[in-house]
Amino acid sequence: MGALYTVAKREFAGYFATPIAAIFLVIFLAVSAAFTFFVGYFLERGNADLQVFFNFHPWLYLFFAPALSMRLWAEERRQGTIELFLTLPIPLWAAVLGKFLAAWLFLGLALSLTFPMWMTVNILGQPDNGVILASYLASFLMAGGYLAIGSCLSAATKNQVIAFVLTVTVAFIFTAGGAGFLTDLISEFVGKAVLDTIADISILPHFNQIVKGVIAFKDLVYFIALIAAWLLAAMAVIDYKKAG
Amino acid sequence: MTDMIVADHLVKDFGQKRAVDNVSLTVKRGEVLGFLGPNGAGKSTTMKMLTGFLRPSAGRASIAGYDVATAAMSARKVLGYLPEGAPLYPDMTPWSLLHFCAEVRNLPSDLRQKRIIESIERTNLQSVVMQPIDTLSKGFKRRVGLAQALLHDPEVLILDEPTDGLDPNQKHEVRELIREIAPNKAIIISTHILEEVDAICSRAVIIADGKVIADGAPGQLAERSPLFNALSVVLPNEKVSQALSILEAQDQVQEVRSQTLADGLIKLIVVPVRGKLILSIVTNCLSEEKLDIVSIRPEATALEDLFRQLTVSSDKREAA
Ligand SMILES: Nc1ncnc2c1ncn2[C@@H]1O[C@H](COP(=O)(O)OP(=O)(O)O)[C@@H](O)[C@H]1O
Ligand SMILES: [Mg+2]
Repeated sequence: MGALYTVAKREFAGYFATPIAAIFLVIFLAVSAAFTFFVGYFLERGNADLQVFFNFHPWLYLFFAPALSMRLWAEERRQGTIELFLTLPIPLWAAVLGKFLAAWLFLGLALSLTFPMWMTVNILGQPDNGVILASYLASFLMAGGYLAIGSCLSAATKNQVIAFVLTVTVAFIFTAGGAGFLTDLISEFVGKAVLDTIADISILPHFNQIVKGVIAFKDLVYFIALIAAWLLAAMAVIDYKKAG
Repeated sequence: MTDMIVADHLVKDFGQKRAVDNVSLTVKRGEVLGFLGPNGAGKSTTMKMLTGFLRPSAGRASIAGYDVATAAMSARKVLGYLPEGAPLYPDMTPWSLLHFCAEVRNLPSDLRQKRIIESIERTNLQSVVMQPIDTLSKGFKRRVGLAQALLHDPEVLILDEPTDGLDPNQKHEVRELIREIAPNKAIIISTHILEEVDAICSRAVIIADGKVIADGAPGQLAERSPLFNALSVVLPNEKVSQALSILEAQDQVQEVRSQTLADGLIKLIVVPVRGKLILSIVTNCLSEEKLDIVSIRPEATALEDLFRQLTVSSDKREAA
């Protein structure tokens, strides 16, 4: 436990050692606001809710999460510090989880800085704050899923750009697998059982459920399992790479 | 006494290439093993397997009796490791890095500060502890790597080229430091500087092409070179032929090699017949003539000569 905390703390502090953290936060906030106001016609809709805002999140994270996760392991490999890191008495699970938690916490910080949105809708009308809270939870869990995918793929290479591209690709498949336009397209060819399976393992249907304000046990389990599976895969990749 | 570092028939293949070929060695407490070999010989790869960072293709390694594959955490706790090139987090300061390592190593908090300050003082980092590591010179970076390896006062140290990139004074300091801590530890250092082996190692292992080709005390190894107990005689150019004829006439002299020095001087390396001591014979026979001899001294390059003999063939094979 001590090692987990120490690793997560060092990684998290690492974001603030350079201006990168500030730049990331500014761009994240600017883009999420821009999407909501200009693309989503937030003000013109006249509804006091954050539906539009959260509907963009899967696509927002598609780029912001890989941008954060790409350096987690690839950078260690490129700098050679992985040799120091992995010969310290840190259990592998703590190394992987610690790095992941730091990135997740950082993205959580970015997400929490969107609170002026929430204040805005409360000034404009009387939104269902329970739904908004659930949506924030959904968004945070989804961010974790993307970052876990990114952790694993970052461990597979020493090139951050490759890690980024791979993560965007895999995360896109996991997200779009449940997107309406895609399911409509393939429903012509496959049976209902296949469609249900795709919906079960893809991110969007679970995200949409929670954003509606329905916090079902199975959707929570889905995100926890998604994160756990990809972090276990990250451990397997790192262990495999020990073979040189 | 237990063997603190054990390499048991280690093999490492990278694709077709066998980088380490059946290397076995043991290091006991109090021993400093100098791991010698030309670039690409397999020193770093062997050390990476000893620390558990790389998985061997065959063979086993253990640290203080803990198998590095099956008891990795216990092995890492007693190990201090300086990886090749001393990789460090560039955004951290030496202070924050050492704090991180101390925390990860679970040093009790009352001891933590003391150990950090101790290792900073030992490696003379006082002036840069609060400076980001990527702004430090190569010598300072190397010393931060050393400070990190020494931090927890480990029983076993594996140091991959600890003096690389240091200036002569810093090299000297690091050697003094290793000598000082050596009695209670088992240490492996890799190097391609032979004087370093003479200076601090109780044992030398020479490796070429992934294979151990010599293992023994530096003095013992030097004995295997024809240059062991050789003398070097420096004299002016014009006296060389005269000196040569005298020296080559001696029964106990096997061979005389010559090297041109600056200022019209020549250095003659007088190689004795195996096992003979020739200092008195050489001084006597040379002093009978007026040869204007500048100096006569023991030729100290026997270990270097052996190293070259043993490893040059592997270099040539590599090139071919
Ligand atoms: N990760 C790797 N992949 C492929 N070949 C490697 C790798 N690491 C080392 N080698 C090769 O193994 C040999 C031994 O390298 P190394 O152990 O670094 O030698 P040394 O430390 O003695 O200079 C070299 O030929 C090197 O090119
Ligand atoms: Mg090396």
